[in-house]
Amino acid sequence: MTQAKVIVGLGSCGVAAGAKKVYDKIAALQVAEKLDFELKKTSCIGMCYREPLVEIIDESGSYLYGDIDENKAVELINQHISQHNPIKDYVVHTDLFETVDNSYTDDQVKIALRNCGYIDPESIDEYEERNGYRAIKKIAGSAMSRLDVIQSMLESGLRGRGGGGFPTGLKWKFANNNKADEKYIICNADEGDPGAFMDRSVLEGDPHSVVEGMIIGAYAIEATGGVIYCRAEYPLAIKRLEIAIKQARERGYLGKNILGIQGFNFDMYIKEGAGAFVCGEETALIASVEGQRGMPRKRPPFPAASGLWKKPTNINNVETYANIPWIIINGAKEYAKYGTEKSKGTKVFALAGKIKRSGLVEVPMGMSIRDVIFKLGGGIQNDKRFKAVQMGGPSGGCIPEHLADIPIDYDSVNSTGAIMGSGGMVVMDETTCMIDVAKFFLDFTQKESCGKCTFCRVGTKRMLEILTRITEGEGQEGDIEMLEDLSYQIKESSLCGLGQTAPNPVLTTLKYFRDEYEAHIIDKKCPAKVCKPLLTYTVDPEKCTGCTVCAKNCPSNCIDGARKEVHFINQEACIQCGACYSKCKFDAILVN
Amino acid sequence: MRIARIRKETTVTEQVPIDLSLMDPLIEKYKGKKGNMIPLLQGTQELYGYIPREAFHKLADGTGLKLSDMYGVATFYAQFRLNPVGKHIIKICHGTACHVQNANELSEALEEALKIKDGETTEDGLFTLESVACLGCCSLAPVMMIGDNTSGKLTGPQAVKIVKNIRIAENN
Ligand SMILES: Cc1cc2nc3c(=O)[nH]c(=O)nc-3n(C[C@H](O)[C@H](O)[C@H](O)COP(=O)(O)O)c2cc1C
Ligand code: SF4
Ligand code: FES
Repeated sequence: MTQAKVIVGLGSCGVAAGAKKVYDKIAALQVAEKLDFELKKTSCIGMCYREPLVEIIDESGSYLYGDIDENKAVELINQHISQHNPIKDYVVHTDLFETVDNSYTDDQVKIALRNCGYIDPESIDEYEERNGYRAIKKIAGSAMSRLDVIQSMLESGLRGRGGGGFPTGLKWKFANNNKADEKYIICNADEGDPGAFMDRSVLEGDPHSVVEGMIIGAYAIEATGGVIYCRAEYPLAIKRLEIAIKQARERGYLGKNILGIQGFNFDMYIKEGAGAFVCGEETALIASVEGQRGMPRKRPPFPAASGLWKKPTNINNVETYANIPWIIINGAKEYAKYGTEKSKGTKVFALAGKIKRSGLVEVPMGMSIRDVIFKLGGGIQNDKRFKAVQMGGPSGGCIPEHLADIPIDYDSVNSTGAIMGSGGMVVMDETTCMIDVAKFFLDFTQKESCGKCTFCRVGTKRMLEILTRITEGEGQEGDIEMLEDLSYQIKESSLCGLGQTAPNPVLTTLKYFRDEYEAHIIDKKCPAKVCKPLLTYTVDPEKCTGCTVCAKNCPSNCIDGARKEVHFINQEACIQCGACYSKCKFDAILVN
Repeated sequence: MRIARIRKETTVTEQVPIDLSLMDPLIEKYKGKKGNMIPLLQGTQELYGYIPREAFHKLADGTGLKLSDMYGVATFYAQFRLNPVGKHIIKICHGTACHVQNANELSEALEEALKIKDGETTEDGLFTLESVACLGCCSLAPVMMIGDNTSGKLTGPQAVKIVKNIRIAENN
């Protein structure tokens, strides 16, 4: 009989949901009861909505258990390990029988995420067992030239996954063309889009794939040094990258004459970001690595000609690098089989917001937004109405429900006014106010603007002021036109991508949800009931028990009523703070 | 703009003496290296929880970096603090996912319970409240992080309870 394996998912999301406690519990139980199984760690498999996840593999197959707390963990070990009796009710995924969540994985194709959730990210052996470092060995062994590697990238059709969607092969070609004694390759792990977390998952779950991707890139462009620029908010990712780099060095994948390729000397280090969204922009990132304020500069010269320390530099995103070893091993044609004509391969999406199954999915390009949200994501929480999905973060926009059937590829998403961005999808339902969302993003870009360009610096501030005014019931006629005018000017007169795209959240909501803006400005109503100053609070006489809690909590003392009698809110004095609404235990406060 | 984030330097009445010699190994390590400014500031903040005025001067003397350059960098990046912080930093995520899942409720509940505003520190020096953008656990929104502990799917009262438990543990 083979030894059973018990694998606990210890990504950031798992740990936040309590997976470390589950792991410790199982470890203690194993020692206490002298149980015979192998206890292992892995990272996020993408089913974040079911964390903590525990996988048990025995001779009959693999069972992935979800929502496991310490008590359930004990139950699992007792039943499944000791008595060989799997607990079917807790299984969220298996190939052995149907489960409610099988549809989450059915349509996925895992290339960038091929190892996430399957290997222990701190073990180079486990990475190697799953074809790890075989791509760079293939290059060394078959004498694939630098140009062969670049050609392979061009044929695969891989486009940058960091947002811009620029063909990776072309970028490498430019960097390769510029000859210099020193060249650099940088991995952009700044993941600035709030609401996207795929880069974190890849770094935590499969750091070696990024390291190997960078080594291949370094070979192709003849880079001498590498930098991974990672957000400081991702401590676990940084730790695991450090381990991976050290292990790669020990095995000779980094260093001098790597794998016997004469003259291929390359090493890398991690640079922690210091919290500035604009540092995701290439030239700002370079300034930040050099230790300066992360402010973008004019291009040209492009980094491929003059980048870090004024040397030719190539920058790619985490997910881009993670795809590269797979493409080298399986061939460009195999990769190009997936996707659409102009957007090849697969893309990882981070599903979040008002969606039932939030987590990471990797699907071939060209799947429709609706399929991703409903087939994979399971639809909207509490079966509310799907209103819109935000793609591309602060540079993107809200795609409304009636456009949900468009295929996800770079060009189709751009045609809606949003952008693919890094792949964050924040789903919104009828209780999300679109003006509030637009305001949220403008608040973000306004704070993150580096301040170099007047239109980006002052324009976003003016837009934010107008949006704030609208959500506070002070909207005026002409505000919409003013927003449009400012948007146009900011887009035209900004130096970098931050300013050029900052108005997108406003423009898309204006395009698709203009009536909501008008409701705020003209009728002074917030249809989604989010903007508090626009709401009226009244007491439902049927439900009010006269408990006096609301009156006691009202900061402006505008609620009257004796004990055990129906209360009454004096609208003149009400400041719409919502305290009564949140304090009432009987749902007797109505909001309109 | 980023300048809006610079908080006024608070004058601490009971000045706790700062042991500047702690910085010596740090300066030794990075002195003369190119691109050393951010690691030096990060290292200093690691030591004291913020970057004290005296530390800037010490860095300038020890490495030759210009005070104005350092101040420029320290005020550009959200990570750097020029004021002392509480023992525990409560980070409330206000990323997109957390925003649509009502992260405001957490902030409001904590502001009320701790009687401080975003960016401020409680009088007893135990807690500092900070809003951050995305902690990378969006699927568990709304998310709060205290030290290395992240918790998700919180309501206002739950967040307050976690903080209260820390306070109880501290007072014992
Ligand atoms: C304001 C701004 C923020 C950006 N943030 C990121 C980011 O967080 N991560 C990222 O990979 N790319 C980001 N980018 C895109 C990068 O500048 C760059 O295009 C990308 O890293 C290139 O890699 P790729 O070709 O593999 O996509 C950002 C761009 C701008 C203008
Ligand atoms: S567009 Fe905005 S962020 Fe970009 S360089 Fe100009 S001011 Fe800075
Ligand atoms: S938006 Fe809060 S963790 Fe990502």
